[in-house]
Amino acid sequence: MTREVLSGNYAQSYAVRLARAQVVSAYPITPQTTIVEKLAEFVATGALKAQFVEVESEHSALQVVVSAAGLGARTYTATSSQGLLLMHELMHWASGMRAPVVMGVVNRAVAPPWNIGADHTDTISQRDTGWIQLYPESNQEVLDTVLEAYRLCEMEDVRLPAMVTEDAFYLSHTYEPVDVPAAELVDRFLPPREAHAVLVPGRANRLGSFTGPDHYVEFRHELARATAAVPRRLLEVEEEYRRLTGRAYGGALPTYRTEGADAVLVTMGTIGTTARTVVDELRAEGRKVGLAKLRVFRPFPEEELRHLAGEVDRLGVVDRAYTFGAAGPAATEVRAAIYPSPHRPLVADFLAGVGGRDVTPAHVRRMFDELLGAPTAETRWVDLAPEEVGAHG
Amino acid sequence: MAKLTIPAQELMYRGHAACPGCGPALAMRLLLKGLGPRTILSIPACCWTVIATPFPTTALGVAVLDNPIEATGASISGLRAAADALGLDDVTVVGFAGDGGTADIGLQALSGMLERRTNALFVMYDNEGYMNTGIQRSGATPRGAWTTTTPVEGGRHGKREAKKEIMGIVLAHHPAYAATVNPAFPEDFVRKAEKARDVRGPRFLHVFAPCPPGWKFSSEETIALGRLATESGLFPLYEVEDGVYRLTRKGGSLKPVDEYVRRQGRFRHWSPEEIRELGDEVRARWEALLRLERETAPARAAATPVLAPAPA
Ligand SMILES: Cc1ncc(C[n+]2csc(CCOP(=O)(O)OP(=O)(O)O)c2C)c(N)n1
Repeated sequence: MTREVLSGNYAQSYAVRLARAQVVSAYPITPQTTIVEKLAEFVATGALKAQFVEVESEHSALQVVVSAAGLGARTYTATSSQGLLLMHELMHWASGMRAPVVMGVVNRAVAPPWNIGADHTDTISQRDTGWIQLYPESNQEVLDTVLEAYRLCEMEDVRLPAMVTEDAFYLSHTYEPVDVPAAELVDRFLPPREAHAVLVPGRANRLGSFTGPDHYVEFRHELARATAAVPRRLLEVEEEYRRLTGRAYGGALPTYRTEGADAVLVTMGTIGTTARTVVDELRAEGRKVGLAKLRVFRPFPEEELRHLAGEVDRLGVVDRAYTFGAAGPAATEVRAAIYPSPHRPLVADFLAGVGGRDVTPAHVRRMFDELLGAPTAETRWVDLAPEEVGAHG
Repeated sequence: MAKLTIPAQELMYRGHAACPGCGPALAMRLLLKGLGPRTILSIPACCWTVIATPFPTTALGVAVLDNPIEATGASISGLRAAADALGLDDVTVVGFAGDGGTADIGLQALSGMLERRTNALFVMYDNEGYMNTGIQRSGATPRGAWTTTTPVEGGRHGKREAKKEIMGIVLAHHPAYAATVNPAFPEDFVRKAEKARDVRGPRFLHVFAPCPPGWKFSSEETIALGRLATESGLFPLYEVEDGVYRLTRKGGSLKPVDEYVRRQGRFRHWSPEEIRELGDEVRARWEALLRLERETAPARAAATPVLAPAPA
């Protein structure tokens, strides 16, 4: 193990090197660029023995790695925002072909207006494409999660693509000390990919294919089964990783000080770090609040949320993504997940931090104030400038 | 006696789902004879998605990966990269796409693959339209042709614009090898496929692929029409290796284009004047090709074989 001071983006690159990815392909977009620049350097110096395919678009980047994965290679790509949106058709191809591609996505706002700040609208808009979605909140967690993602998505009963996200700039360009595990350790955790159901040259076989309703339903059902295997498999992977490195992140919905809480805030990504300090402050003041982190958005941690719902009367969900004509996407899904529970807490919905707007401890405090006061189910825009409303028509 | 040069091995099976007289089916059969069994095909949405038959059957004796219509160039870059990473050195990676999946919606990915000099072969079978979706115009549809989106009624008289010249686009990328082939000339086809298999670097084949339902001709005439296309100069057979043009079938003088046009329902509305204009166009392109062959020919001295050592 070495301790390095790494940005979140470099944490991705270091993890991909440790994972010994064999085919890497990406197209530059701010703030993802430094991930692939570092990987290009690793490949150039021989630190990573991989084919680095220089492409003319994100669309091609994803096709390159999907096809390479189809032949059995371990692959990686990375993008942000517009690049991810351009990949949309390929996103479905990756999961439908059961290509265990790992992709880094630096969450960035979607244009227009152009904006490169942190925002989850890009990955949220891909939530129905069959990818596992993981949302770490520190650079250490980014590195560890990329390694876990490879282990998880190559499992025979999973074989799904996975994206490991980073909040733009808060992680991608912020440097933190990161423990980089030794290569031998990672090799034990992540042996070379076992090729299940890949193309075999020299004989009649086809990957992708076409089929009528007589088989299509079962193909989809296979995807459903694979997705259903993820929560259990993720816990196993985390446990293995903990044994080797001593680090674990608490599964799909890690909670913080939720025991006996009157109100719990549910966050994704780096807002969780801010909220945790606010929880400590409020607890010190005698107010009973806690935090739950949506570390995995797909598959959505329904069971864990139902469990949480049984313990608390008020949930506040923070969405760093705007959805047209509906409540915040995480709030909507939390509501749907807890609906079958015998105890259904009120779920308030906070839209915060879109387009890279800072979410400060004061904002989080206000959200808890509202939750502990007289919350309603209506979406609250946190930190909206009243003098600007209606001025951008 | 002439020796048969076409390999006997069939890598395209009976029971495929092509229409009778399908040019793209003949193209695949001959292509695989030339390329052999260690071929990995990447096929986008096109007629061949269906011709290869649905899961769990396949009409092809090689490995096939399906890819979205616009991404074949990228797909073969990925397959090549994986083959290299996994030590599969002996495989031939091939993209096999229609004219739409090559020259229209697939053009960016094709250009990317050629520019980054992927060691793979891209084959465009040219049935001059989007046929899988029911005969709509493509950039490769010839001027004046009827399709369902270029009707011959009201003020319309078929496609208004000229056929996109894919070979010009490809050659601007300086591929290692590019050639035109026509199933009506199978020896030439298979020889070029073998060459395309053996050359390293980006390679391209443009295949003439008549479509009986799309072009409105009778399915037993596919080969006859193919012969006419080449003999009248509409689809000249040539190859370009490292920038050097070589016509692989010159014959005597060009046949008139009339018969080629008259045999197809998609040109039924043409006037004699339009046929004459096409003939003029074809002759001009043919002359230009001959000129390119002359201009790019290697210097005379090098081309002349040395029969005996020069006297000391
Ligand atoms: C993104 C996308 N747009 C449209 C289609 C529908 N589509 C399927 S095949 C096809 C036509 C393809 O034409 P071409 O490449 O010339 O092949 P052909 O059908 O003639 O064999 C189209 C438009 C698709 N599959 N994907």
